[in-house]
Amino acid sequence: MPKRIIEVNNLIKKYKKAKELALDGVSFYVEKGAFFALLGPNGAGKTTIVSILNTTLSKTSGKVTIDGLDIEKDSLDVRKNIGVIFQSPSLDKNLTAEENIRFHVNLYGLYPYRFTFSMMSSKYQRKVIKMAKILGIKREIHNPIKTFSGGMKRKLEILRSLMHEPKVLFLDEPTTGLDPISRKNLWDYLIDLRKKKNVTIFLTTHYLEEAEDADYTCVINKGKVVAKGSPREIKAQLVERCMLVDAKDRKILFKELKKFKVKVSGKGPFRVTLNGIEPQEIIQKIKTPLNLLEIHNPTLEQAYVEIIGKNS
Amino acid sequence: MKNINAITAIAFRDITKLFRDKTRILANFVFPVIFIGVLGGSLQANLQESLPYNFLTFVFTGVVAQTLFQSTASGIISLVEDRQNDFAQELFVSPIPRQSILIGKIFGETIVSFIQVSAVILFGVLIGVPLVFPSLMKLFPFFPIIAFMGGSFGVLVMSTLTNQKTASQIFPFLIFPQFFLAGVFNPIKILPAPILLASRVMPMTYAVDLLRSVYYAGSPERDFVVLFDTRTDLIMVLVLFVIFLTLGTYLFVKNEKDR
Repeated sequence: MPKRIIEVNNLIKKYKKAKELALDGVSFYVEKGAFFALLGPNGAGKTTIVSILNTTLSKTSGKVTIDGLDIEKDSLDVRKNIGVIFQSPSLDKNLTAEENIRFHVNLYGLYPYRFTFSMMSSKYQRKVIKMAKILGIKREIHNPIKTFSGGMKRKLEILRSLMHEPKVLFLDEPTTGLDPISRKNLWDYLIDLRKKKNVTIFLTTHYLEEAEDADYTCVINKGKVVAKGSPREIKAQLVERCMLVDAKDRKILFKELKKFKVKVSGKGPFRVTLNGIEPQEIIQKIKTPLNLLEIHNPTLEQAYVEIIGKNS
Repeated sequence: MKNINAITAIAFRDITKLFRDKTRILANFVFPVIFIGVLGGSLQANLQESLPYNFLTFVFTGVVAQTLFQSTASGIISLVEDRQNDFAQELFVSPIPRQSILIGKIFGETIVSFIQVSAVILFGVLIGVPLVFPSLMKLFPFFPIIAFMGGSFGVLVMSTLTNQKTASQIFPFLIFPQFFLAGVFNPIKILPAPILLASRVMPMTYAVDLLRSVYYAGSPERDFVVLFDTRTDLIMVLVLFVIFLTLGTYLFVKNEKDR
């Protein structure tokens, strides 16, 4: 059985001045090396969960462990094992990109502090240049943060968060504000990283297509878990697979479709709800020449809209 | 060892920031000009005849203490700014205790205050403030003590502030009255009872008086300028440092996590 790297049991959080619970008995787990996605609308409690997991916010009750360590009792050891990419970039704008990385490695005690890049150990220098090259920011590594675009800042934060080789990488809405190309590049890199380093990825996002490839998804709404499972399981539970068909002779096509145990709706094109039947099974038995055939696989977004709709 | 590395990095970040902040560097030179040159100079010209000590020297020693105290205190308040523009998150998820973050900030801002006080001394020498150099040299060992006290005062204030706007409104309100109640520019030996009480509860009073008691030690002006003996001032400064730092750190750690 794969090892559970994050375990959250009956987590409750009530903010000091709030009347309602921000988290109301949340439980889930994440397996080592998995890609886990935490989904939910604004204010659902996603950032609260991430803040508690990264030990910057105290919980009201419940038990939370990361790699077997209690997040409150062993908070310093937990922090050694995690990397966090926050919703808004947490870079020092007064420093250069490399100075931000140097500051990070010194905080984590990875290399002795030196006043300039050239005075740092050659191992550090090589590592920074190598990673900056992979992320495509090698040329800009000594430039001030002020000159960086949103995409470059995100890449730099990833580079920085990986310097101490964390076991879990938290990504809290990491692609907010990024253009589609930057988003794609970022994901290509993260997928590659996961394959090579077996880093557990804990993602919170609004962009549901980013969670399609997750191994496990947890949907929360109003501080409660409302669905969990792989994206495929969630979609299968909530959204029906269907196909759209049409023909010149709609009457005959309709008659043929009615022979199957499926729901047919519309006056043409016809929407056929598949109810577990494979489209191939239907198509090979239809004699009427088709002029339209579309198979619709449900998206996580459709499932999400349905889940949140039901729980609102 | 690991913490020392982190503390050094935090301290040097503040020093790097100082050298990149042109406005702050300019302010380093403008404030001594205003405080010693303009304020001290005009008071000296108008009051000197009735005073048994040189007023410019009096203001100079006050400004040196005030610079060390205020520079470090306001530097610590910059943690509120870090929190506002999200950089603090990087500090708070790192595997170092919150106490080390504060120690790093105090050390960094102490060095920054030394750089600022160097500008004050340089300006004082340039405009010809009458100074006894051996007495001035005797002040140096007390510089870090006063800066640490200012830093701990900053920690206490910062721990209760939630955002940059509140900080920029509250902090001047807490620091500017101290200039006058601590006697940076004005003699406070004789005061009406309510002001006397306010003056004696101001932490900066003991910082200013500590430097003056060392500078004027053994001189005929001492009795006109100094409030308490060096030992009393030093004990007060150290006691306040411990109280501010302990309470401030406790509140900072608590408020940061228990939201």
